[in-house]
Amino acid sequence: MTDSTEPRPAGKDDTALSSADARPEATTMRHTASEPDFQREPESYYEARKAVHNKRIDGNFRRFKWAVMIVTLAIYYITPWIRWDRGEYAPDQAVLVDLAGRRFYMFDIEIWPHEFYFVAGLLIMAGIGLFVVTSAVGRAWCGYACPQTVWTDLFQHIDRFVDGDRNARMRLDRAPWTLGKVARRGFKWAIYLLIGLVTGGAWILYFADAPTLFADFFSGEAAPVAYITVAILTLTTVTLGGFMREQVCIYMCPWPRIQTAMMDEHSLMVTYKDWRGEKRGSLKKARKQPEKYGDCIDCTECVQVCPTGIDIREGPQIGCITCALCIDACDRVMADIGRPRGLIDYATLDDCEREAKGEPARSPWKAVFRPRTMIYFGIWAAIGLALLFALGTRTRTDLSVAADRNPPFMLMSDGAVRNSFTLKLRNMESRPREMEIAIEGLPGAVLWTDMIDRSQAAASQRVTVNADQVREVRAYVAAPRGTQQQEFAFSLTALDEKAESDLVETRFDTPEGP
Amino acid sequence: MATNKRIDEPTGTETVGHEWDGIEELNTPLPRWWLWTFYLTILFAAVYVVLYPAWPLIDRATTGILGWSSRGALQEELINEDQARQAFRAELAEVEVADLRDDEELFRRAVAGGEAAFKVHCSQCHGSQGAGSQTLGYPNLNDDAWLWGGTLEEIHYTIEYGIRQPEDNARRQSAMPAFEGILDSAQVAAVTQHVRSLGGEAEPNANGAALYQQNCAICHGETGDGNRQLGAPRLNDAVWLRGSSTAEITRQILQPRMGQMPAWGERLGPATTKMLTAYVYSLGGGEEAAPQPTDRVPGETAEVRPAGSENSDG
Repeated sequence: MTDSTEPRPAGKDDTALSSADARPEATTMRHTASEPDFQREPESYYEARKAVHNKRIDGNFRRFKWAVMIVTLAIYYITPWIRWDRGEYAPDQAVLVDLAGRRFYMFDIEIWPHEFYFVAGLLIMAGIGLFVVTSAVGRAWCGYACPQTVWTDLFQHIDRFVDGDRNARMRLDRAPWTLGKVARRGFKWAIYLLIGLVTGGAWILYFADAPTLFADFFSGEAAPVAYITVAILTLTTVTLGGFMREQVCIYMCPWPRIQTAMMDEHSLMVTYKDWRGEKRGSLKKARKQPEKYGDCIDCTECVQVCPTGIDIREGPQIGCITCALCIDACDRVMADIGRPRGLIDYATLDDCEREAKGEPARSPWKAVFRPRTMIYFGIWAAIGLALLFALGTRTRTDLSVAADRNPPFMLMSDGAVRNSFTLKLRNMESRPREMEIAIEGLPGAVLWTDMIDRSQAAASQRVTVNADQVREVRAYVAAPRGTQQQEFAFSLTALDEKAESDLVETRFDTPEGP
Repeated sequence: MATNKRIDEPTGTETVGHEWDGIEELNTPLPRWWLWTFYLTILFAAVYVVLYPAWPLIDRATTGILGWSSRGALQEELINEDQARQAFRAELAEVEVADLRDDEELFRRAVAGGEAAFKVHCSQCHGSQGAGSQTLGYPNLNDDAWLWGGTLEEIHYTIEYGIRQPEDNARRQSAMPAFEGILDSAQVAAVTQHVRSLGGEAEPNANGAALYQQNCAICHGETGDGNRQLGAPRLNDAVWLRGSSTAEITRQILQPRMGQMPAWGERLGPATTKMLTAYVYSLGGGEEAAPQPTDRVPGETAEVRPAGSENSDG
């Protein structure tokens, strides 16, 4: 447990650990000094998961965790049921991922596949948002908002509800498989399964009209993919949330590794202030010889309440999701024994060292507002503003032009030269619109289409494009005999009050060189 | 060796007890479920090998008891796709050719289907987008010059029965006589000049005009308007099937070459011929049917067959 390479702070009790021991280098330590490795069951290169039976706790952070859980679960379950009127040509579901129709609806925003950069932008913002949060307050995402954490928390509450608190659960774990235990386990796993089903069931509602799909799902008329998705998500929810739990965070998830790399000595994290706590001793011993013992009375409350089953007193480690329940637990104990709160607290490594040297504590806001977090926030905000700008200025009308390359031009019987084009008229409004296609910069040329005959050829034509559709139009442009090869443009104008338009340059090919 | 276990000082972790040139390994146990996951993948592989093609043999691979193959999967998809199109094909087979454009959606699907069928059956002569070939005399289908007519019905009739099919002498038959030996070379030169003048390519020639009225006007029309019932090309426009040079026209007068086209109606069936009709029509030269209904069957027999051997250069 000692680190021979680090000099101890001068003037300190010889047995106290320096906060240097709490550096990430020490995170591979797995056992406390009181339980030396060589006494542990050796020889295996594999170890079975030790079930975590975390004790009930109440406190500020626990209440915050409740709040986050309620809000996130509410968002997840309620969102698909929110209705949003978009008129008769578009679905009335507020948030809908229409995979078959290739549209993504989110309240007043409708995203087409070619606008996917909005989604990419949101994902980049989410990524940089995590940078901001992690560099400021450490693994807050892991501790409060990660679905794995939220669902694990939910399942742990189920455990507590069915089997009782920590001691009862540990007893039941050790007990032989009596009928009573089988019944209890069966009941608990049935609840797991129900949660899994509800989780998977809510997911599919984002991909189709929720009320319809909900009814179809129970009448057996929903698409097979709906049932398969629910089955897979039920399985993963029950497995990952019900049985794997902290194993996911410790062994499967890449985020802890990445976040560890993003934290520095100025990031807030849940820290045991060893300079204050050591040397640990029971309350009785500590009362007898207060000068020899620190504030930690080794009651292991912090270990008992931990949802990932770690001992925070070993220093920062990959298993710590910084949910801060140990802070709640320790604060209660400190209040009980009449010591100041915060033996375990959100603190930066830097602050820990300062405090250990007896310097005054700094405001936690210093960890939040510093250049690094500000730069991250600036990038995040810039992307957000750019997205908002793009969203505000995007047009709902679009034209694309593909000229026929074989043959590039046609000689007509009256000597005129004709070029053919395939136009795509995009109407991204959820109502049918009349649009005008016109030729610009090609004197004397006329235009007709596959649906408008040559007898009605003119410099511009009107076409109706259905709501929320792309209409493909074969356009024929004929220019008088002798027209030279030249650039010209198609313009598309929506004939409504918004009068959006688009202009696409292309080329008119003729036998005459330019 | 495995007995040299010790606790590593800086980390507090046990070593595995092996030592290689001073390098030791810490024993950081994997979770046991990880091991089970590994066994599970082995089990999966074993099941897969039994169910699906797996072991390569000399000339094939083991087939697996499910009998799955990528080729079979493709075949199945093609069959499904074909079945999915049955309704559309049935609808198309029912609809009158002249009414093809009434249902825009149906017409678009027909054009798309016709484009695919054109590439398979027609592009060998007419080119991949129907551009034809002046050198070989395959008509360009993109322009508005039609030998036998450019309405939906006329195009369909041509596709269905072909052109100048020897076994079907009731439809789309005609032949231009060879004037070699009938006109002398001065007369041919005069007629050639007159023909070129019709489209504005040469100065008028009075002698040629007189010869034209005697020999050519019966089919090609007095002013060179052509005759679609006979497949006689229009001569007073800017489009030339085999070129507008004096040499080409002289050659055509002396030894005319006339195109042939196979009859596709029976080979492709009603749906596909209608798709091809829609596609050819959509290439840009399609004509509206004349407003008043006529009793005429498009392309009714019209045989003008003066002396001279029939030419069939395809």
